[in-house]
Amino acid sequence: MQQQVGNKISREMKFLSNNIIEMKNIIKSFYIGTPNELNILKGIDITVKEGEFVSIIGTSGSGKSTLMNIIGALDRPTSGNYILDGTNIDEISDNGLSEVRNKQIGFVFQTYNLIPRSSALKNVELPMLYYGMNKKERRERAEELLDLVGMKDRMSHQPNELSGGQKQRVAIARALVNDPSIILADEPTGALDSSTGRMVMDLFHKIHEEEGKTIVLITHNNELANETQRIITLRDGNVTSVADNEKYYRRFKEEEKICL
Amino acid sequence: MFIKENILLAIAGLKSNKMRSLLTMLGIIIGIASVIGVVSVGNAMTSSVTSQMASMGATNITVNVQEKSTTSTTTKNNTSTNTKNSNGSSQNSAGSSQGGNKGTQTSGSSQNGNKGVQASGGGIPGIGGAPGGGGNFGGGRQGKSSSTAKDIDLMTMDQINTLQENFSDEISSISMNESDVSGKVKNETTFANINTVGTNVGYQDVKNIEMQKGRYLAQNDIDEVKNVAVVSDKLVSKIFGNTDPIGQDIKVYTSNAIFTYSVVGVYTYKASGNSRTTSDDNLTTDLYVPITVAKKTATNKNYQTFSIKPKDGVDVQTFTTEVSTYLSTLYAKNNKFEAVASNMESMLESRTTMMNTVSMAISGIAGISLLVGGIGVMNIMLVSVTERTREIGTRKALGAKGSHIKMQFIVESIIICSIGGILGILLGLGLGTIGAKAMGFVNTVSASVIIISFSFSMFIGVFFGYYPAKKAADLDPIEALRYE
Repeated sequence: MQQQVGNKISREMKFLSNNIIEMKNIIKSFYIGTPNELNILKGIDITVKEGEFVSIIGTSGSGKSTLMNIIGALDRPTSGNYILDGTNIDEISDNGLSEVRNKQIGFVFQTYNLIPRSSALKNVELPMLYYGMNKKERRERAEELLDLVGMKDRMSHQPNELSGGQKQRVAIARALVNDPSIILADEPTGALDSSTGRMVMDLFHKIHEEEGKTIVLITHNNELANETQRIITLRDGNVTSVADNEKYYRRFKEEEKICL
Repeated sequence: MFIKENILLAIAGLKSNKMRSLLTMLGIIIGIASVIGVVSVGNAMTSSVTSQMASMGATNITVNVQEKSTTSTTTKNNTSTNTKNSNGSSQNSAGSSQGGNKGTQTSGSSQNGNKGVQASGGGIPGIGGAPGGGGNFGGGRQGKSSSTAKDIDLMTMDQINTLQENFSDEISSISMNESDVSGKVKNETTFANINTVGTNVGYQDVKNIEMQKGRYLAQNDIDEVKNVAVVSDKLVSKIFGNTDPIGQDIKVYTSNAIFTYSVVGVYTYKASGNSRTTSDDNLTTDLYVPITVAKKTATNKNYQTFSIKPKDGVDVQTFTTEVSTYLSTLYAKNNKFEAVASNMESMLESRTTMMNTVSMAISGIAGISLLVGGIGVMNIMLVSVTERTREIGTRKALGAKGSHIKMQFIVESIIICSIGGILGILLGLGLGTIGAKAMGFVNTVSASVIIISFSFSMFIGVFFGYYPAKKAADLDPIEALRYE
């Protein structure tokens, strides 16, 4: 507990001095050296501050997914510099990338990607298992987060016994367990109907506001992007606009409160 | 910590695909079961044969007077073997073919000695378990049919007694026998086939003859050349029925004479190992009479062969050498003949080795089915990796290292093979027991075989699980996550 408090303090200090994501001139090419060399990202500069709720939008083929893979430490850029919460990503080994994903990134996928035949609880415990926490800690923390997303009463259910919205809530709990630097959500409402999608988005706002989490939302849906504080638009591998959406976001949040 | 989680995960995976898991295990089950089955039947046979041979006196030392192999002093090549073989056949008509087959080793002389054991005990219950224990009258014939051995070349009773005195610390008893005529014992209504065997007192001890009634032959029966006999219980039930045979006279009708003996004891007849399925009506049993009585009609008055039963705890091999040395000094002046002491231990060993070799060979064939089973496991593991590509991608995204994924799949493969191994061991034990029972042996399974096969099945799990696990660990997380 004390360590968590410590983490929070250090993160708040970082907020004053550092950015969580610092990308400079990120280039990603495929089939390098062959005639059909493909430049997907052509020099991306992005910074995301601690506690921000940012969305990255772009049509398919804009390089969105490639950028997400690099942000999520699933892939390394061909060139350029990426610092995630003080860690220089392009300098570390594959095992190092695994650790970065484990400790600093919380993934939320469009298709939930829960492990089949494992209960919700086991799914939420999984990142902590790779982290190396003991059983008791894992169990306590998993229950705490399942409670946060409102899934505690279903924690012994297996994924095939849960609805889409419930699965996504378990996935969000799983993304949060190791207290990551960022939550990286890739079209989290893409497979959900509008009302459950709304519920999931509300959960992200709650995590953002109450837990102070940094969230990067990747979507092609402008409406969803409009709910976030800042919108980064990608086109053909370049960032075409970084729009501060603070005012609209505030207004949206107030409307939200009136609605409630 | 990971191991336990991985085991639980693997078991959950197997449960969700029961039929496939079972089929995958089947290869391992059959492989392990056949190895265990073969080995346990082999063990049962070996131990059964060993105990059989021990009970009929495999530790006994046989002394045999035989012609000196003259070639051994001139040349030591193949011709010497031939000479020995022909030598054996000339001496032992009953066991000659065996001598010819076996006498290919340089220890041709000890082979002859072995034949002596079989031959001299030919008429004894239980001796039939000896390999091809054919020569029923071998002991007697050996003396008679020998073309050159004369009484002067053979051992006298005195010499044998001196031998016994000299080695009184090692020798439990010495048995001599002289197979005499075979014939019929008759009463008013029926008859029983018998072989008359002249024996000394030590014969009972050496051949493990159990008395049912009365006594065995005593020393004064032999010294005084008394016409007394020890008969089998089979004969008693046939000839005497319920009346007490002790003290009664029996008449033995041979082709040209009638002998009368007074019954002093009844021994328990033991069926020999490969007992011929003759009915009790035609059963031929031994009638033991004092050896001096049998010698009256025998060609040789002295002894060509006799058996020594060493005391418990005496090292048979060493003692055999000692007796041999003693005998060679005794026969030092005889140019034509020598007395050779030998025992069956070496043959016992070679028989055990042979059986082990056969077991190994069959196990090797069974091992091939294990190999096939292992390939089946590998195949299914590859399918499983492909099927769970997305899961692997997710795990990697959540921070699993390559080693975590590798471990997960290797553990799963080990679990499949271990469960298959356990089922295979149980099946093999069952088959082994049935097989051993069907062949009439007592089933004995050594724990080492079970442990070895279980560890081997786990090894198969590691070996055939490694490649699929490596493949899973090397998957690119991005492509794995995108995999449909």
